[in-house]
Amino acid sequence: MANRVGVIGIGQTQYSAVRGDVSLPGLIREAVFRALEDAHLTMDDIDAVVIGKAPDFFEGMMMPEPYLAEALGAVGKPLFRVHTAGSVGGSTAIVAASHVEAGVHERVLTIGWQQQSVSEAMWALSFPIPFQQQLVAGAGGYFAPFIREYMRRSNAPEDIGILVALKDRLNALKNPYAHLHEPDITYDSVKESFMLWEPIRYSETCPSSDGAIAMVLASESAAEASAASTGVRPAWIHGTAMRSEPATANGRDQVSPDAGKLCAADVYRQAGITNPREQVDVIEMYVPFSWYEPMWLENLGFAPEGDGWRLTEAGVTQLDGDLPVNCSGGVLSTNPIGASGMIRFGEAAMQVRGTAGDHQVDGARTAVGHAYGGAAQFFAMWVVGADKP
Amino acid sequence: MRDVAIVSVSQSDHVRALPERNEVEMVQPIIEGAFRNLGASISDIDFVCSGSSDYLAGQAFSFVMTLDAVGAFPPIVESHVEMDGAWALYEAWVKIQTGHADTALVYGYSKASPGDLPRVMSRQLDPYYQAPLWPDSVAIAGLQARAMIESGKITEAEMAAVAHRSREAARGNPHAQLQGSAPVEELLAAPYLSDPLRRHDCPPITDGGVAVILAAGDRARSWVDRPAWIRGIDHRVDSHNLGARDLTVAPSVALAAAKAGVANGKVDVAEVYAPFSHQEKIVVDALGLGDDVVVNPSGGALAANPVMGAGLIRLGEVAQRIMDGTADRGVGHATAGPCLQQNLVCVLEGEG
Repeated sequence: MANRVGVIGIGQTQYSAVRGDVSLPGLIREAVFRALEDAHLTMDDIDAVVIGKAPDFFEGMMMPEPYLAEALGAVGKPLFRVHTAGSVGGSTAIVAASHVEAGVHERVLTIGWQQQSVSEAMWALSFPIPFQQQLVAGAGGYFAPFIREYMRRSNAPEDIGILVALKDRLNALKNPYAHLHEPDITYDSVKESFMLWEPIRYSETCPSSDGAIAMVLASESAAEASAASTGVRPAWIHGTAMRSEPATANGRDQVSPDAGKLCAADVYRQAGITNPREQVDVIEMYVPFSWYEPMWLENLGFAPEGDGWRLTEAGVTQLDGDLPVNCSGGVLSTNPIGASGMIRFGEAAMQVRGTAGDHQVDGARTAVGHAYGGAAQFFAMWVVGADKP
Repeated sequence: MRDVAIVSVSQSDHVRALPERNEVEMVQPIIEGAFRNLGASISDIDFVCSGSSDYLAGQAFSFVMTLDAVGAFPPIVESHVEMDGAWALYEAWVKIQTGHADTALVYGYSKASPGDLPRVMSRQLDPYYQAPLWPDSVAIAGLQARAMIESGKITEAEMAAVAHRSREAARGNPHAQLQGSAPVEELLAAPYLSDPLRRHDCPPITDGGVAVILAAGDRARSWVDRPAWIRGIDHRVDSHNLGARDLTVAPSVALAAAKAGVANGKVDVAEVYAPFSHQEKIVVDALGLGDDVVVNPSGGALAANPVMGAGLIRLGEVAQRIMDGTADRGVGHATAGPCLQQNLVCVLEGEG
């Protein structure tokens, strides 16, 4: 029980607003083959496939996994579909890891994907009557009031969101797969971009992307065999955690949800982390709207309540800072929703494997991957390390 | 592997349409029933996992709302699969195997009544070549029934006999939607719905769900006298390509059955998810079950078919019979995808 698990292969597609050059299976296979190549494996070496994505309505396909079985090399194998809202990419990786941790399988291929160009996520996320009160404002309209409440509570300067957006988009220039490459972006261009949902400007908002990410997770012996072949160390999983709470509940704090705090506490306990600010080298967190960087820094215990924005303002979260956040460019630069959580988990693993290329943090040994979803109510996290747990 | 058992099963009374309740209101009493069986509450549960489909609810993220039926505040450790609840049970079983949980609540449900279910199900077909033709689920199943008949593996009379036997058995199932059947001769006199399928060969459209509680080792024994132990569980998938598959067989059922160890002992009872009458024979043959095995004493999906819950109900029906001592060893089966493409097999056993 509780077998060690290592990430031995990571593959991502080129992300963009429309990947019209490939079919849906072609898009996913682009990531899958890169992950298998990274691990020096083929589909034959895979015991099971665990795949996740956000709502089926985004592509207009009901439970597309059976259709994808052959494209994923899953015929004759277990094929498993996870769906936990925006956190799904993280949850899917955790479910995949649990198969190896439990000793059920040796090597599991896990995939997160979304093809958002096929539909309009803004409206797919604006639920109609009779399901709930009609907002017709998409995710940004839903989260904007909680950002304003954070600004009120913390007395943060009004431009913190601009600093986050500028940092992430500049980081994206160092990530060849990122959707948005904006070499001309400046503080002023972000500030002057039009207001979408006050206080969220256009340039402080995630894009809508097509794309997929795949990872190969392996048992200790399988991971060591792969590392011997590839010459790249595995990213060892030191802890995984998920927490959920209802969209509405008496006493629920939507600015800093209990589920996020409990998720972080659980994963740090497993990883032996008592001081995350000191012990974590790099974070990939789910920041679809700029202000969520300081908000999550507090929620996840990297800063005292009300002080998260000080880390952002002081440049601590920059690529060359003391606690780099979203070196890949983050969700603000790439957002195929069903993949976004797994991209965070995968980028965290790349950092501790030393394979993050131009956005590599020197000497990163311990990294946190984080995803959230729904009305900031579903949380998934993992801690990965260069050393065995 | 840790010993994990089903210790509680709770079903709705399945109906054609439940328009007066939303999904939360439908699911909450089912979950409450699973707790009531044990005198337990959400605070006794380490992990929660559910199975449902947005396409049946008609809205993105529909499962987010049904979390209100669980009691998730303070926050809980929870996951969801866009699959039948039987696969949610599989995830919970894996979770307990990791040692991160000793108990789990699993549920699966759907309200199929608001939409046109056979046409909705066509949305899971190949999006480029099949889905644009809008072949409904009855027509797709009809292709498989035709292949069965033409290969000499079944007759229309044998299919009618399966339907008759299932719905007569459902007279003893208080949760069943369809109880009792006209005689076989009368069934065969009815017109085709989708040649060679007649109405009796097809499952009803159902609103309903099921909740199950799992527990490991002594935790299970502390809750019930005779837990239904999971001795083997496995799931596999076949190709989606209907034109390239032999539709009269289900290799993924046979493979999952071998991995789950169906043949390792005598099987008293089997509950198989075969929504169309001709499919029961495909599944039973692939499971390798003999004539002495009681198949679908609940009436099966032909008597009630709450999609996304009907597979988990099969596991629950077997577990219930083990817990009440009427069976010692049984097999539960769940299916997904068109024409039995994806399958899960679970072997359950009592002790003592």
